[in-house]
Amino acid sequence: MFRNAWLSLASVGTVTISLLILGISLLLVMNAQAFTRSLESGVEIRLFLDSGLSRVDVRDMERELKKTPGIATVEFISREEALEEMKKNLGDRQDILEGLEEENPLPDAFRVKAEKADNVPALAAELEEMKGVDQINYGRGMVEKLLAVIKWVRLAGGGLIIVLGVAALLLISTTIRLSLFARRKEIGIMKYLGATNWFVRFPFLLEGMILGFTGAVIASAMIYLGYISLVNRLDEVLPFVTLVTDRDTLLVVIGGLLGLGVVVGILGSAFSIRKFLKV
Amino acid sequence: MIQFYNVSKIYPNGVKALNDVTVQIRKGEFVFLVGPSGAGKSSLIKIIFREEMPSRGQALFNSKNITRLKGREVPLLRRKIGMVFQDFRLLPQKTVFENVAFAMQVTGSSGRAIRDRVPLVLSQVGLKDKAGVMPSQLSGGEQQRVCIARAIVNNPVLIIADEPTGNLDPDTSWELMNLFNEINSKGTTILMATHARDIVNTMKKRVLSMTGGRITRDEESGVYSNES
Ligand SMILES: Nc1ncnc2c1ncn2[C@@H]1O[C@H](COP(=O)(O)OP(=O)(O)OP(=O)(O)O)[C@@H](O)[C@H]1O
Ligand SMILES: [Mg+2]
Repeated sequence: MFRNAWLSLASVGTVTISLLILGISLLLVMNAQAFTRSLESGVEIRLFLDSGLSRVDVRDMERELKKTPGIATVEFISREEALEEMKKNLGDRQDILEGLEEENPLPDAFRVKAEKADNVPALAAELEEMKGVDQINYGRGMVEKLLAVIKWVRLAGGGLIIVLGVAALLLISTTIRLSLFARRKEIGIMKYLGATNWFVRFPFLLEGMILGFTGAVIASAMIYLGYISLVNRLDEVLPFVTLVTDRDTLLVVIGGLLGLGVVVGILGSAFSIRKFLKV
Repeated sequence: MIQFYNVSKIYPNGVKALNDVTVQIRKGEFVFLVGPSGAGKSSLIKIIFREEMPSRGQALFNSKNITRLKGREVPLLRRKIGMVFQDFRLLPQKTVFENVAFAMQVTGSSGRAIRDRVPLVLSQVGLKDKAGVMPSQLSGGEQQRVCIARAIVNNPVLIIADEPTGNLDPDTSWELMNLFNEINSKGTTILMATHARDIVNTMKKRVLSMTGGRITRDEESGVYSNES
């Protein structure tokens, strides 16, 4: 086994790099998703209503909003409440609003929360068309940017992983092919002696599996240690940024990487063996 | 035990190595397969243990159609046949003992069975003292004895030898022939392709003579060739 040290090393290295990138993208996406989820509770859409709507109109609108799919909560904010809120926000400079009680320029509004941040842009567009709605306001940009980042990480990560995964498969299969070639005489004799194909295959599948697994172990260790120290570092420097640290999630990521390493190893050797064992 | 019915073998390059061969070999026989180089002797042998498939015709082993075996049945066929080659085909990095034991490992025998059986077989072929030696340290005749030991270790019903003495001097060849004769006398069928005229003429066994892919002569107690 492992008579070709350089090629074995290259195979292990490629597996390591591909799984490293996979692991990092996974963690990135997971964190970005956790972050969106935390934003989800914050992202709200404000529906400013046309002036001169009757109470009944408003109540009808509220009922309709609550029926719309994708909406979590609906809250009515009257123009008086809006003014109060504005005053509060201005603090000691609220004197500039002096006298506005007489002729409040603010419209009535609904505060709508979406079930998912992904839906906010679409939902906002839909609500803007609603009868009685004058204007709409939400954290435009912020949400789109975040969604774009997640999408980009997924795409770029996915592409890289496919390319590197294929490279890892090819390298492992080449390593095993050399191994097979070095032992072709032995294989021939085994077959004359009545060895089953599985008996012949097994050591080579094992070799491929070990190559893949070794690469996966290295990648997992690097990711685990790297991530833990990153989390600790961030805790000191940016205490308000919280990363996903729950043990189960990390274990799933690492278990997945190890499993994938083994699968890549077995697949890579299976490719070569299939070609080689045709007798 | 072996039945060929109108077997032809045409290799992908168009060479017709076997041409309508019909022949039967019964259990317990000792059969020489002779004929000039390229006559098709090895091709016939390869069909018996399914290294090659016939292009036409049927070949049976123990009443089973060799040509219809499924892939996973081929190892079972080969376990009933011991092969001996002109070029020995021993594993150079394994000892004599390990080479013989390999045949048992491959078929899934237990370590205990191997430890019991291999010394027995090695003493049968006269190599009791060479168990720990590497094949490279053995003479050609001794190496061929290791092959014979490996061929009989799983108690095959048939031994096929393709020019087993092709690389050996006459005296050594005779020693091996006596060994084959001994194995045959215990009931194992032997089919041997050979160019050793003297041996064939002296041993008075059944002789199948091939020329150009056909069996041209089939004689009990035959001789190497009819020309003087
Ligand atoms: N794998 C192959 N592919 C193509 N042609 C082959 C193959 N094996 C054998 N042949 C051809 O088939 C013919 C018969 O070959 P075979 O090996 O059966 O002869 P043989 O009687 O065993 O000869 P020898 O006494 O030299 O061993 C020859 O012409 C040979 O060149
Ligand atoms: Mg031949």
